[in-house]
Amino acid sequence: MPTMLRVGLAETIAYRAEMVVWILTTTMPLVMLALWSSVADEAPFRQYTQTDFVAYYLGALIVRNLTSNWVAWQLSEEIRLGTLSMRLLRPVHPFASFLATHLAALPLRALVVTPAIVILVLTEARAVLIDDAGRAGLLALSLAGAWLLTFGVFLAIGALAFFLEKSLALIEVYFGVFMLMSGYIIPLDLMPGWMRTTAEWLPFRYMLGAPVELLIGRYPDAAAAAPLVATQWAWALGMLGVAGLAWRAGVRRFEAYGA
Amino acid sequence: MIEVRDLKKHFKVHKRPPGLGAALRSIVHRTYQTVEAVDGVSFRIERGERVGFLGPNGAGKTTTLKVLSGLLHPTSGEVTVAGHRPQRRAADFLRQITLVMGQKQQLIWDLPPAETWTLNRAVFGVNPADFDRTLAELTELLELGELAQKPTRQLSLGERMKCELAAALLHRPTTLFLDEPTIGLDVSMQVTIREFIRAYNQRHDATVMLTSHYMDDVVALCPRVIVIDGGHIIHDGDLRALVKAMLPDKRVSFSGAAAADVLARLGRLVSRDGARTTLEVPEARLREVIGHLLDGDGIGDLAIEDPPLEDVMRKLFKGKPSEPPDAG
Repeated sequence: MPTMLRVGLAETIAYRAEMVVWILTTTMPLVMLALWSSVADEAPFRQYTQTDFVAYYLGALIVRNLTSNWVAWQLSEEIRLGTLSMRLLRPVHPFASFLATHLAALPLRALVVTPAIVILVLTEARAVLIDDAGRAGLLALSLAGAWLLTFGVFLAIGALAFFLEKSLALIEVYFGVFMLMSGYIIPLDLMPGWMRTTAEWLPFRYMLGAPVELLIGRYPDAAAAAPLVATQWAWALGMLGVAGLAWRAGVRRFEAYGA
Repeated sequence: MIEVRDLKKHFKVHKRPPGLGAALRSIVHRTYQTVEAVDGVSFRIERGERVGFLGPNGAGKTTTLKVLSGLLHPTSGEVTVAGHRPQRRAADFLRQITLVMGQKQQLIWDLPPAETWTLNRAVFGVNPADFDRTLAELTELLELGELAQKPTRQLSLGERMKCELAAALLHRPTTLFLDEPTIGLDVSMQVTIREFIRAYNQRHDATVMLTSHYMDDVVALCPRVIVIDGGHIIHDGDLRALVKAMLPDKRVSFSGAAAADVLARLGRLVSRDGARTTLEVPEARLREVIGHLLDGDGIGDLAIEDPPLEDVMRKLFKGKPSEPPDAG
């Protein structure tokens, strides 16, 4: 694994310009921040003050960039073009090689979101953030859980290319639901009751909203936040299991066209 | 050792005529056709053999190689390679084989080949001392020199192919599946690759199964050929025996002038290229024809050869959609 990570990092560095541009296109939280800041300009909107919104959307920007990956596109293209063959010929599970590639991209991702982290810590938004070790530890776990869950969802979508000619069309559907149900556009606290209940039963919240809520202190202590993180990890492991099943069923159908 | 018994690989292919109407109809009603890419193939290859796998385009060669290397699951039949069922892709199996595809690459495009080699060292679990020794051997055989440090995208096709071969062989596989390993390379690079494959086979007693667009590769490397057509094996055996069975006459070529009526009596005129003439002569008449030619004035530089393998393939697949010499 260390060599796979090192080569993955070398690849990330080789593609650094493309990747930075790709990361910087994640502007939705900034748009929503501008919108909600003006709504809460004079008085809090429900329980959210303007500072809460700044903390929430900067948090969303950071979490989104740290937990995202492109494995669905990568896997889908490799299946469609047959280049997955090269991974299948190596005695290491392709999921492990994808894992190494995307973990290796984390340092560059962290570097790109550093300005957002600096703003979050240096402005008055800092007052909203958690400051105890218990919740900070859970936040770290939650970020790892969000990363793993996103990785699992994207692997499962990518593996659908074994069954569907254009599995990437599903990504568009996925993004539509993700943006609405993850807390990316609007915090779950501000959703109508039925919508919030629905969001809590779906995995999307655990890919973004959960760590952000934890970061901005929506859970009073570690004990209150622990079930959230436990549920998130259950989703992550479950989704990896689904991706594994899709892979096992799909790889039998792999036709290695063009390769 | 490779053992294949009644291997079948069928694909379900979506068929759609061109045009917008057909595209719209295909949304609600999709028509599928079953393509029998490999249909009941059986053969056995012993350790250390070099076997050419020939047939016209779409004959089932590459599909067979993909099944043998574990990329495709067979529809039915039994396949054993180095004691393993390939489709299970057990780590021990993958460490014993390699598949080189001339048209696909495993080298990481934007990094120097050395990075891919290091990655392969790690994933194949090659210990550093063995890795250094094998790399030194491959560097010598393939004349890799400075190529290891140049980004892959900046290498020429031939340089890339040499680095691909190194990447495919660093774990010292004992079974090599080579699918068009010399495609697109110039003649001197083809010779280099051929010599390398032969040397690797001899040094490591490796089994080699080769498909190639270039019959020279097959003639130079493969004492045995398996010919496949329409998913069925139509010949499995000695290359010379195949040539003799298909085109029993010998080619006699010589330089110097000879009258047309004399040539017509000696054999069938194949070509007359400047001062050089080539005739096709039945083996039984060879002694007589040679004697006649040697008796003639100004006849020299006499050569007797088998007909080229391209001609054998052309005869074998006459009437097929893609006729040889594309017999890769």
